[in-house]
Amino acid sequence: MTIEAGSAGDLAELLRSSADGLIGRWVELTSAPLRGRLSDAELTRESRDLFQALLIGVESGSRDIQAPAFAEARSLLDELSRSRARLGFTPSETAISVFALKQAMFELADQVGDATGLGEIISFSLLLDSLGLWTFECYSRAREQVINEQSEQLLELTTPVVRLWEGVLAVPLVGTLDSERTQVVMEKLLEALVATGAEQAIVDITGVLAVDTQVAQHLLKTVMAARLMGAECTISGIRPQIAQTIVQLGIDFGDITTKATLADALLYAMRRSGVDVVRKRTPRVD
Amino acid sequence: MDRVPILKIGDVLLVSIQVDLQDQSVLALQEDLAERITTTGVHGVVIDISGVEIVDSFIGRMFATIASMSRLFDADTVVVGMRPAVAITLVELGLTLGRVRTALDLEKGLAILRRSAAERLVSDGLDESGELDEAVRTDL
Repeated sequence: MTIEAGSAGDLAELLRSSADGLIGRWVELTSAPLRGRLSDAELTRESRDLFQALLIGVESGSRDIQAPAFAEARSLLDELSRSRARLGFTPSETAISVFALKQAMFELADQVGDATGLGEIISFSLLLDSLGLWTFECYSRAREQVINEQSEQLLELTTPVVRLWEGVLAVPLVGTLDSERTQVVMEKLLEALVATGAEQAIVDITGVLAVDTQVAQHLLKTVMAARLMGAECTISGIRPQIAQTIVQLGIDFGDITTKATLADALLYAMRRSGVDVVRKRTPRVD
Repeated sequence: MDRVPILKIGDVLLVSIQVDLQDQSVLALQEDLAERITTTGVHGVVIDISGVEIVDSFIGRMFATIASMSRLFDADTVVVGMRPAVAITLVELGLTLGRVRTALDLEKGLAILRRSAAERLVSDGLDESGELDEAVRTDL
């Protein structure tokens, strides 16, 4: 087999003619660092698909991975990095899928000898480098997506609206309040008011460590919005430090009802909705 | 321009707004309502806005305007069924409804009007006869 140096067709020809050997070596190199977390059959299938897609790009003569000829290779790599990121593989373990091919290619070039054009090998190696970078990008994008999803879920999880009594809803807030979270609380509470028809709502901030002007503003807005909808909103569980901060910041709670504890707020809400609680009278034993 | 229908139920006028309002129809509604309150002599107005999804400051002010207007005719106004999104918008716009009363739904709004009608009877000094007192008490 003689290979002329310097033309795109030759590299493609070389790749195609020694496809099986290359893929075999490639899978071998890839699977070593993964320590059996992916089966060989799976890796072979992945590598074969990727190799075919890569071949299409190489045959086109282009060495720019943004070219349309590489679209399939890009989307395959995107999918691969995405799934690896979700399965908890490290970035190196993900990128090795691309870089292992380079080593396999060098080994092949070594066997074939000087007949392979050095220029071709270098340009192919550069191509694989950029594909490797592409996997990095996809990998971090997938990771960011996972993080975003988790923080959204956390936001949902940490703001439950609970029903304390018939017509009395409460939102126990725990942790740090930021504007985004208070916004979620506001929306969830108002929607719950509509859904349940409750006329009393309690926002309990016992578990909140700090309140700034913006958060206080949001709390006030929540109370005002609930009032506009025809419900009454009480704020309970303001901690001593927070009370001091609120006074020092000069935030005026106006005519909004605040209670020291959730128990007080519940009793108040129940009385407002026409329910009173009395202790059962026990007959005195003389 | 669509005119908002005004329905009379007993001693109450019901304004049910089912579409997103134009400024023109808001003005027309205010006129129509004033007209109807004087001709019917009711003591309560319920504005149901459960169908309204978009509000601006003009519409926000409409509630306060209608309320102060009906107070001149000795009628109470209750705005019912405001959606969360609308409530948030009004708060963000910095609008308060003044002394307008609000309720979650029509039923609760009517209950408020019934209560205030009973209070009106008491404050009018009609609570001396035992019979009326009874009626007031059950209403309360």
